[in-house]
Amino acid sequence: MVFTFVRFIYNFNSLLMSKSGLLKSSIGKKFLMGLTGLFLISFLLVHCFINALIFVNDGGETFNKGAEFMGTNWLIRTMEIVLFLGIILHIVQALVLTLENRKARPVAYAVTNGGANSTWYSRWMGLLGTLILMFLIIHLKHFWVVTRFTDHIAHSAADALPGQETMFGEMKEVFEHTWVVVLYCLSMISLAYHLLHGFQSAFQTLGLNHKKYTPMIKTAGVIFSILIPVIFAAMPIAMHFNIIK
Amino acid sequence: MASSPKLNSRIPEGQLENKWTKYRSTVHLVNPANKRSLEVIVVGTGLAGASAAATLAEMGYKVKAFCFQDSARRAHSIAAQGGVNAAKNYQNDGDSVYRLFYDTIKGGDYRAREANVHRLAEVSGNIIDQCVAQGVPFAREYGGTLSNRSFGGTQVQRTFYAAGQTGQQLLLGAYSALQRQVGMGAVKMYARHEMMDIVNIDGKCRGIIARNLVTGKLERHFGHAVLLCTGGYGNVFFLSTNAMGSNVTAAWKAHKKGAFFGNPCYTQIHPTCIPVSGDHQSKLTLMSESLRNDGRIWVPKKKDDPRKANDIPEDERDYYLERRYPAFGNLVPRDVASRAAKERCDAGYGVGASKMAVYLDFAANTERYGKIEANKLGLQNPSKDEIIRLGKEVVKEKYGNLFDMYKQITGEDPYEVPMRIYPAVHYTMGGLWVDYNLMTTVPGLYALGEANFSDHGANRLGASALMQGLADGYFVIPYTIGDYLSEEIRTKAIPTDHEAFVKAEAEVQERISKLISNKGTKSVDYFHKRLGKIMWDKCGMARNKEGLTSAITEIQKLREEFWKDVRVPGDANEFNPELEKAHRVADFLELGELMCKDALHRNESCGGHFREEYQTPDGEALRDDNNFAYVAAWEYKGESNFELHKEELKFENIKLAQRNYA
Amino acid sequence: MSHGNMNLTLKVWKQKNKDTKGKFETYNAKGISPDMSFLEMFDVVNEQLINEGKEPIAFDHDCREGICGMCSMYINGRPHGPKEGVTTCQLHMRSFKDGDTIVVEPWRSAAFPVIKDLAVDRSSFDRIMAAGGFVSVNTGNAKDANNILIPKPDADEAFNAAACIGCGACVAACKNSSAMLFVSAKVSQLALLPQGKVEAQQRVLNMVKQMDEEGFGNCTNTGACEAECPKSISLENIARMNREYLWASATSKD
Repeated sequence: MVFTFVRFIYNFNSLLMSKSGLLKSSIGKKFLMGLTGLFLISFLLVHCFINALIFVNDGGETFNKGAEFMGTNWLIRTMEIVLFLGIILHIVQALVLTLENRKARPVAYAVTNGGANSTWYSRWMGLLGTLILMFLIIHLKHFWVVTRFTDHIAHSAADALPGQETMFGEMKEVFEHTWVVVLYCLSMISLAYHLLHGFQSAFQTLGLNHKKYTPMIKTAGVIFSILIPVIFAAMPIAMHFNIIK
Repeated sequence: MASSPKLNSRIPEGQLENKWTKYRSTVHLVNPANKRSLEVIVVGTGLAGASAAATLAEMGYKVKAFCFQDSARRAHSIAAQGGVNAAKNYQNDGDSVYRLFYDTIKGGDYRAREANVHRLAEVSGNIIDQCVAQGVPFAREYGGTLSNRSFGGTQVQRTFYAAGQTGQQLLLGAYSALQRQVGMGAVKMYARHEMMDIVNIDGKCRGIIARNLVTGKLERHFGHAVLLCTGGYGNVFFLSTNAMGSNVTAAWKAHKKGAFFGNPCYTQIHPTCIPVSGDHQSKLTLMSESLRNDGRIWVPKKKDDPRKANDIPEDERDYYLERRYPAFGNLVPRDVASRAAKERCDAGYGVGASKMAVYLDFAANTERYGKIEANKLGLQNPSKDEIIRLGKEVVKEKYGNLFDMYKQITGEDPYEVPMRIYPAVHYTMGGLWVDYNLMTTVPGLYALGEANFSDHGANRLGASALMQGLADGYFVIPYTIGDYLSEEIRTKAIPTDHEAFVKAEAEVQERISKLISNKGTKSVDYFHKRLGKIMWDKCGMARNKEGLTSAITEIQKLREEFWKDVRVPGDANEFNPELEKAHRVADFLELGELMCKDALHRNESCGGHFREEYQTPDGEALRDDNNFAYVAAWEYKGESNFELHKEELKFENIKLAQRNYA
Repeated sequence: MSHGNMNLTLKVWKQKNKDTKGKFETYNAKGISPDMSFLEMFDVVNEQLINEGKEPIAFDHDCREGICGMCSMYINGRPHGPKEGVTTCQLHMRSFKDGDTIVVEPWRSAAFPVIKDLAVDRSSFDRIMAAGGFVSVNTGNAKDANNILIPKPDADEAFNAAACIGCGACVAACKNSSAMLFVSAKVSQLALLPQGKVEAQQRVLNMVKQMDEEGFGNCTNTGACEAECPKSISLENIARMNREYLWASATSKD
């Protein structure tokens, strides 16, 4: 049993990493980008759903329960590690691919008219990604660091010790600052464009293409890319302007 | 008439139908171990060259392949549009090997060798099999079987096609096979290399001198045998449907070193090309013969009719091909269709700004297809617009890329107005004289495809060039080369510091230096255009004694002027396209003279060779079988000095007759 | 000699060979007719340069009817110029206006080193083809052509992929110099046909390996290749190749 497992890991490893292995190839690297991308998309969905509980507008009670669940459930906690790994892989692969792509054209064109043949956001995925990463660092500092590494966050309003805040309260506090709201909204625009290309691109990279279904995937991608960032952006706005109390 | 003793055609004895089978089974073989030490040079990577190089390498020979393009895939076979013939009889319309053979001999106006043409018809079916096995995506019917269409000069549907890109697909198939051998190391590929000369040692061809077009360096290459698969020489006319780089240099250099040139005056003028639009024009674009399947050719009945095509009513149109040749109508052979167009234009019925064009009109068949589609869709009383719309869709599927190309070049939409077309130089039936083995008069030197003279007589039928190129490369040379190489198994590779190589290279070097250091005042194109004009005016669609005689002197003078006044910029040791052109044009300037001399000596009209002095009262070509049923093979004896040798054409299976397509 | 009445300014990349640095030179193209092809316009300029004793501009071209794939040229920021679905030889001067300035560059890619001026070395494509772009069938091994029936839609799709002319516009257009469209066109053509299926797995693995070794970039699905392809080869081919490749990697025995 253990032996089989070890052999499986070994085989899997050789599939990805051996000399002729998947990850040595351009398509393999792209595969990893697409796969991690789709994984992050699925995370966005969950994250968006949980956070949208603030719109219940019950002073954060439902939302705090959701946050409590996410913070304590062992499966979610495990997935959190996987999520970080996913993000790191996505970023590392992006860097590797970008460096290779740079090398593939050592002398740049003097004139390019990319707008004639492709969308700007498909060509600037790296930049959009970098903006999202910068946002992510700030965002993690705002909410993730305080929950994991300080005693500042209480499980619920009832349990709150002096000086402690619930997750909901923390949000209210952070989004009091106008610059934070603006930053979050701008970042959600970056995210929207990143998704607009990334969503359908991931399917293309994974080879999931079909005359009948691809148009549906593309439409779903556009809806997702607009809807999710809009919902996210609505949160700081709603809190800042006290629409949610 | 007896054939010249210098010309042994090596046609096997026996019944026509059995000649090839029997010969193939008895020709000498080379055992696999010996093949490994025999080297074959293939010059040119079109259909003939790529298929030959790939097949010989598969058999075990060591092959070196050369092309001047940047990749073997770009040889000009790629531009063939319409299709490839094969006697498969998939349409159950009475086709057979014999019928293909007969059509080809007749189409060639009885100036081709029976044995060669029959062999071509025999292997035609194998070509389709081979190409399909390679993954060539021929057009198919809904049931999954291969589709066919008709071409000129035949009454059966035997043409296999891949939209209007058949040559491309066949060449990519052969190129794939070639690259497979390159990948396995069995073929060494030399792209961007031009053959500058052949090297003969003790009366046998033993190699070539090639120029690396990127570095300008001259290279010596040894081969036990050399195959020239270098295409035709239509660019002697400057304007033709050939690629800009298509040239006669390889064949001409071989000619000057002992290979006889067969029937140089047989030139095919293709009837359906986009007319010349101005003096800037660098080449002419063909509109595939397949368009004549569905297009009707006409001119106005009134001279100098100023009306637009669509404004001329039906009864004021002269469908002159249908009128003159009711049995074949718009599908008469190319030479007949071209001359008929010229006749109408010369008589003042031409259309368009230059009046040197006729209409190729799809309206009638668009409507016919529309009705069929409407029926299929079960439409009750469809409107005329609806029918036309449906018809256009059908036409689009069949010829879309050609229509787009036409629109691109002329700015007119052929779905709305008839195309304007005019004949243009397209193919050369003449070429290096070869025997049944495809060997020239120089032992060890072979010529395949358009580069040889062998299969099309005085006029080639549509969709037969692809057939011949692939037949020669896939199914003929692999067998016939054994006849020669089996005697060469003891010949060790000759080191390229042999004096013959040194001398040949020095000669090439001298010519390059001469061209570079000439520092004249006129560009290469200037001379090429002038040569083209002489050839087109005097050795083109119609020729006469007077014109040809003066053309010969004019060409000689032009050649002299060229060597005095040509300017080749740049250096010899670099990528220098002007130098490449200069070499090619210098050879065209010699070939042009021979073409005129051949045309002048042939006092008859046959196929693409039309001497105005020899025509029937209806203006058809008038052959003289008693005096000219021979292949004219010219031997090079020095500048402007060519000696004629005759190979008698024996017709044992087909009765010579006046061609009749009426 | 005058042909027409358009006058243009050309900024053309001049580079002696692959080892030297290049730079732009400015030329005036006078008396250009709108009916000329872009290459014929270059012919006129070159003729003029030769007459003036100057060095002409080196560029690749051959068939001039849009099928050989030899002509290249990156014109005003786009491969084969502003018109869609055409090669440079099929681009006519009526697509430009009198007085225009046109910038002409070679295909730029590490895998396509410049030979001279606008001519580049595309032999990397040949090596990819040699790695697997074929069906391994020797001459003489074929069965009757109608022996294997092929559904028309498959044959048509294979043909659409096979229409690739190997010009390299996809690489030139791609911001990453990726050759995925070229490679996938051949992989697709042969994967769609029963004749090619036999060795489909090995083919895609080998061709992609060679493609990577040649130094092309990675595909980021911008779609520029499809938009600029003179034969409108579809992006679907790339998806198909990805699928073929991933499946082949996952299931190959070595």
